[in-house]
Parts: sequence; C-alpha cells; structure tokens
Amino acid sequence: MAVSLAQYAIFFGVVIIVLAIGFLAYFWRKPKTMDDIAEWGIGGRRFGTVVMWFLLGGDLYTAYTLIAVPGLASSSGTLGMFAVTYGIMIYPIVYATMPRLWTVSKKRGYITASDFVKDRFSSKFFALLIALTGVLAELPYIALQIVGIKYVLSALLIPVTIALIIAFLLVAGFTFLSGLRGPALTAIAKDAIIWLSVLVVIIYIPIKLGGFTHMFAAAGAISPKTISLPPVLQLGYVTLALGSALALFLYPHAVSGTLGSKDSRTIKRNASLLPLYNVLLLFVAILGIAAVVQAGHLYTPANSSLAFPDLIIAEMPSTFTAFVFAAVVVGSIVPASIMAIASANLLTRNVYLEYINPNASSGTQTWLSRTLVVVVIIAALAFSLVPAASTEIVYLQTMGGAFILQTLPAVYISLYTRKVNKYAAGLGWFAGMTTAIAMLYQLGFGTSLYKNLDFIYVGIFALVVNLIVTGVIMLVFMAMGKVKDEGIIDNNEFT
Amino acid sequence: MNKFLKFILLAIPYFFMVLGIGIYNRVNPEVGGWPFFYWYQLLWIFIAAAITMTVYYVEKVEQAKGSGS
Repeated sequence: MAVSLAQYAIFFGVVIIVLAIGFLAYFWRKPKTMDDIAEWGIGGRRFGTVVMWFLLGGDLYTAYTLIAVPGLASSSGTLGMFAVTYGIMIYPIVYATMPRLWTVSKKRGYITASDFVKDRFSSKFFALLIALTGVLAELPYIALQIVGIKYVLSALLIPVTIALIIAFLLVAGFTFLSGLRGPALTAIAKDAIIWLSVLVVIIYIPIKLGGFTHMFAAAGAISPKTISLPPVLQLGYVTLALGSALALFLYPHAVSGTLGSKDSRTIKRNASLLPLYNVLLLFVAILGIAAVVQAGHLYTPANSSLAFPDLIIAEMPSTFTAFVFAAVVVGSIVPASIMAIASANLLTRNVYLEYINPNASSGTQTWLSRTLVVVVIIAALAFSLVPAASTEIVYLQTMGGAFILQTLPAVYISLYTRKVNKYAAGLGWFAGMTTAIAMLYQLGFGTSLYKNLDFIYVGIFALVVNLIVTGVIMLVFMAMGKVKDEGIIDNNEFT
Repeated sequence: MNKFLKFILLAIPYFFMVLGIGIYNRVNPEVGGWPFFYWYQLLWIFIAAAITMTVYYVEKVEQAKGSGS
C-alpha cells in the first residue's frame, strides 16, 4: 500500500507517546528508594483495582493476540475461538489460587513463584527447576511479541530491523528505569488505544461486509469450519482451552503482575472484572472470520499472521489503518516489558541470590535485575531477527505452554496442602516435562495437538502423567508412614 | 461461604466450556446472524463473570459481618 505522511504522523505519534509514558512512569508514585527489589520488580505491592485491571489486561492480551487469534481463525475457523473459551476458564482459578499466593508472598517478601516453591518444599534446587521452566517458557513469548509487530511495520514500509531494534531498546530503557511502574502506566494508554481500535473495526467491517448474517453465511459457504468445529477436533479444542487457562497464571509475567496488587481483595475483584477483556478477544476472533470473507478463501497456517493486517488495509480508511497498526505495536510494548521484568526477577532471585551470592543486598538485586532486563530484551530481539530462529520461536511457544503447565502441582496444589513433598512434585514435574518433550518431538514441534490421541493438547496429557506420578509417589510415602507437613510455611499464612 | 459451595460455583464454567462442547458445537439457532458457537461463548463470558462476582460479594458481606470465610 502507498503510505501517506499523515499515516506516518499518526503511527509514530501514538507509539512515541506511549513510550514516553513508560519513561515518565519513573516519577509516578515514586518510592523513597528504587534500591529495593520489591519496588522495582513488583511496583512496591501498591497497585489498586483500576491499575491492576489495566496491568493484568495489558499483560495477558497482547500484540501477539491481535495477530495470532484472527490468524488462527482465518486458517482454522472456529478453532480460533479456543482463545475465548480459554479466557472464560481463566478467572475462576485465578479467584481461587492467586489471593493465596499473594498473601503468602506478602508475608514472606516473595517476588517470584519460585521464591514460594523454595520455602514450601525447603528445596532451593526444586525452586531452581521451576524458575528455569519459567524463563524457558517466557523467552519465546517475548520474542513473539516482537515478531507480531513485524507484519505491521512492513505493511507501513518501515525498515523492519532497524525499527524493531530502536523500539525495543526504548522498551528496555523505560523498563530499566521504571520497573513494573513502566508497564503499569503504559498499560492504561495501551488499553484505550486497543479498545478504541477493535470496537471501531468490529462495528465498521461487518457492516461493510453486509452485516453479521451475511458475513457468517459467506464464511460458511467458503468453509463450514468457520461456523462450527469439525467434530474430530473437539477434544483438541477443549483440552487446548483448558490447558491454556490453567497455564496462564503460572507464567512468570502473570505472577509478577499479580504480586504488584495492594491486597488480596484487589485480586478477587479483578478476577470478576478482567473477564470483560474476553469480549475483545471474541471480537478479534470474529475479525479473523471477516478476513476469510474479505479474501474469499481460508488463509494457510503459514500466512495467517497477515489476515488481520490485510483486513484492516482492505477495509479501513488509511488514517485509521495507521492508528490500528500503532495499536498492535503498543500492544507489544507492555507485555514485553513485564515479561522481561519477570524473567529478570527469576534469574536474580532464584539463580543469582541462591547459587552465586546469597548475601546480595536488595539494592544489588535490583541493579542486577535492571541489567538483566536489557539482556533479556536484546536476546529476544536477536531471536526474533534471525530468520531461522524466528520460525523456531513459534514452536518454542507451543512448547512453552506445555512446559509451564508442569509447574502446576508445585505452585497451585501446594497452596492448598503441605503434604505433597519435593520428591513427589519433583518427579511429577520431570515425568510431565519428559512426556511433553517426547510428544512434541514426535509431532516435529510443529503443533501441540497430538493426532494419535484424538488431537489431545500435549500439555494436558503431560499434566495428567505428572499428576499420576505425583500421586503414586505420595501413596508410597503414605505407605511408609512418612507423610507430614513440608516446608517452613505455616498453614495459616495463606489467608 | 461454605467452601464446598464456593468450589461448585467456581467450577460451573468448566463444565459448560469443556463438557459442553457437544452442546455448543452447532450453528443453529443463530442470534443476530451469529452462529450458536459464537453467541454461546459471548453469553458465557458474562455468566462466568457474574458467578465470580457473586462469590466475591458473598465473601465480602460475610467478612463484614465478621464471620470470616
């Protein structure tokens, strides 16, 4: 497409404003000292309901969402709706588990889930395994945020590589400076921009395509997949949705965001309010169907990332296209920043502090985390810019969800019972990871739905193996009469 | 709130989303041109939020009364 000066002005204007907010966040609710890992890393545990809504929303609904959900819908029809089903199933479990994790973290000064695992199982080695699982799952996720915006940059004829490097060095810069306050404040601007974009587009485009009735009928004529799911994929659909829902708040960035909350009630309130974001998710899934109608055919999985940008270019006025594309870029900034903070916190707290320098002061930890944020973002940039690596990332992402799910017994179940010991949870983790890797290897790492078993989601199958191993080992300890309360945390520290 | 009741309430969406696939994987009846599959999900976004919100308010009222939870 030909790009006008006005389009560039709108696009750069919006992106620059949001980046500037990230830097200005340094002054927002400025603490007496930033040499405190809890201040930099989780914003001093001071965010109330409104900020938390934007922060967690900004954390969970990303640039990748805006590209990948319509993309999946454009190539596989209703399978793309799994994102909505998954969104619905996230919050009841958040309501049940996260206030407990927050409470114990507040009492004992935890910054990461692995901090909790260490005390809960009295094992810094198990904590290390959980931390490394987190970082492994997180890195490709950050890289995907960067890959997600490549398409809009090239559509706007902006030199992709140099633009990405500049943009993400700026993200690294404000994150270094502001810590979790940076993404928290930018999340507010980001949300306004994304909601405005999606609401305008979801009203405007179906009207242009002849209304919803006509649009879905046309899509159904192109492929029945777009209006109902092929029965063979039903098990895959529900296990993928359930597995993703269980996995989401095990991701380090979701934990970091949640621990920034000022009290446990704020988390509960948000578990009731955050589902509103799922409406946005539903709209972008439908935009994937609109893209099918607009193009007149299904997209292939390989070019499905272009479905959303193509649709916007074809149907929206050019100046609004620039605004929507800016929204995609802005949508990558907030999550990339939080994900980098979460990974840096894990490396600082559960690797450096435990294994390298146990006497590191809070100030030293903060400076190390700040430096690591820059390292993590540069690593993710490198990942996403090397052409061979950028195709690998998508595979890493499908693995990431299956991997992080294997930390569920160690993190969620141990919020409720202290009976499960490190051998049971640890060997369960090992069995789950091995199963997930073996199955993904068999699938050539190209998909996470296992076709030999009714397309079940690999992560859920591995989790079942994990839980069985954990259970069997517990039975062995029970038979030996050796089941007792583990770790140094009292039962009353969770509420 | 009774812990068991709270668990049941919070578990309801999982039944309708996971086991319900056989019910909602259909095109008709449509509403406003949306196939069943789509509007069912939209409806459940609000039902699930309402359930969580109900549990939250009941717990809040109980805590205010000092009965704890």
